Amino acid sequence: MTEPSASPRPIRVSVNGVDHERTVEPRLLLSDFLRHDLGLTGTHVGCEHGVCGACTVAFDDQPVRSCLMFAVQADGHRIGTIEGMADGETLHPLQMAFWELSGLQCGFCTPGFLITARDFLARNPDPSEPEVREALSGNLCRCTGYQSIVAAVLEAARRLRQAPPARFGKS
Amino acid sequence: MKPAPFAWCAPATLDEALDLLAGHADAARILAGGQTLGPLLNMRLATPSILIDINGIGELAGLHPDSAGLTIGALTRQSTLEDDPKLAALQPLIAMAIPHIAHRAIRNRGTVGGSLAHADPAAEWPALATLLGAHLLARSKSRGRRLIGAEEFFITHLTTALAPDELLCEVRVPPSPPGAGYAMLEFARRHGDFALAGAMVRLTSDAGGKLTDPRLVLFGTGRRASRARRAEAMLAGVSAGTALFAAAAATAATEIDPYDDLHASAEYRRHLAAVLASRALEEALARMNGKRHD
Repeated sequence: MTEPSASPRPIRVSVNGVDHERTVEPRLLLSDFLRHDLGLTGTHVGCEHGVCGACTVAFDDQPVRSCLMFAVQADGHRIGTIEGMADGETLHPLQMAFWELSGLQCGFCTPGFLITARDFLARNPDPSEPEVREALSGNLCRCTGYQSIVAAVLEAARRLRQAPPARFGKS
Repeated sequence: MKPAPFAWCAPATLDEALDLLAGHADAARILAGGQTLGPLLNMRLATPSILIDINGIGELAGLHPDSAGLTIGALTRQSTLEDDPKLAALQPLIAMAIPHIAHRAIRNRGTVGGSLAHADPAAEWPALATLLGAHLLARSKSRGRRLIGAEEFFITHLTTALAPDELLCEVRVPPSPPGAGYAMLEFARRHGDFALAGAMVRLTSDAGGKLTDPRLVLFGTGRRASRARRAEAMLAGVSAGTALFAAAAATAATEIDPYDDLHASAEYRRHLAAVLASRALEEALARMNGKRHD
C-alpha cells in the first residue's frame, strides 16, 4: 500500500539518453527539475499554466507541457529536451531552417516550437500551411508574427522528406 | 506559480486507489492527465493536501468495443483516441471532436475521464457524452459500482454527481445508429481554445426519409452542455429541410442560458449558437444522405 507522503523521494529519469538519479519533493515541476536540478535551461518557462508551450518537452517521445507534470511522474521515463535535438555539432534540419529563415527573434519560445514541430512532422511529413498553423497553435510567439516560423517548418518538412536524419523523432 | 506542498501517492491498482480515496476523500484530489488540475495547482487556486496519481493504473486506460457499444477507460489519453484508426467508424462524432480539444501536447496527457469529471461547460467531452447518451461508471468502497447517465452526471458548471470518494472509471457509449449523420462545429478565437459556442448534431431517418430521434447539443452556452429538446421535437418525424433547420436552430438558441465573460457577451454567444446549430444540422443531413464524406 502506497501511503501519501510529501517527503522527497528518489527518481531515475533518462534525459536525452543520459540517466539521472535525484531526490525530489513531489511538488517539484518537471520543468523546474530539468532547469534547476539538471541545469538544462534550454527548456523555457513562460506562463507556467500550460498555455504558452515554451516548456514543451518530449515525454516517452510525445510532446508534453513540462510545467504540467511533476518530476516524480517522470520516474522511469524518457525525456527529450532541446539540448538533445542537434546531433553533436550538426543542427537538426528544423533548427537549421529556423536559423536560415529567421524563425526566431528573441528565442524564448523556440525550444517549445522545435519540440512540437519535430513530433508534428514525424506524424505528418508533408503538411499544408494551414495544418502547420494548427499544429503550432498551442505555442505562443510574441516576436515573429508566426510567418517565419511557419515558413521554417514547411522548409524543414521539405528537407526532411528528402533526407531524414537517422535520429529523427527520437528523444 | 508553484504548487503548495502536498502529499503524493501513486497507487498501482484500482483497488488501491479506491482504498486511498475512501481514507482521504475530503483532503485528496485525483491526478490523472493534470492538464486542468496542473494549472489550478500552479496558480494555487487548488491546494489539496493529498494527490492520488492514477497514471500508473493501466486497467483504467483503453478502448473496448463490443455489441453494447464502446467502453473508454477514464485514463485513456485524448491522443490515444485521436490516433486510433477504428474510432471514426465506431463513433464518428468522437473522432470529429478530439482534434478540437486543446493542442497535441495537451492531448498527449489529458484524459477522457479527467475532462468528464471536470465538467467544463465549454469542453467537448461533456457535450459528446450528453448527445451520445453515454453512461459513466463511478466506483467507490462505500457505494461499489454506480452507472450514471450523462444528463444526471453533469449537474452544473464544474459540478458532477460524483461523490468525494468516487472515482470515474469508464464511459460507455452506445453503438452509433446505422446510417447516422453527425456534425460538430465550434467557434473559438484560436484553434484549441475553449469554444465561445459549439453545436453537435446526430441525425437518423426512417425508410420514408422522416427524421427519427434527432439530437442537438449546444455547449459553451450555459452552465452545462445540454440537448435542445424543443428544437429536437420540431425535427422529429418530419422530412429534413433548410427552412426547418433555421427555425429549429432559432428555437435551440432560446433554450440556452449563455453568460457574459471576458471573451464574449451572452447575446453574441446566443447568436453563435443559432448559426452553428443551423450549419451543423445541414452538415449532419449531408452526411446522413451520403453527400458528404469528410
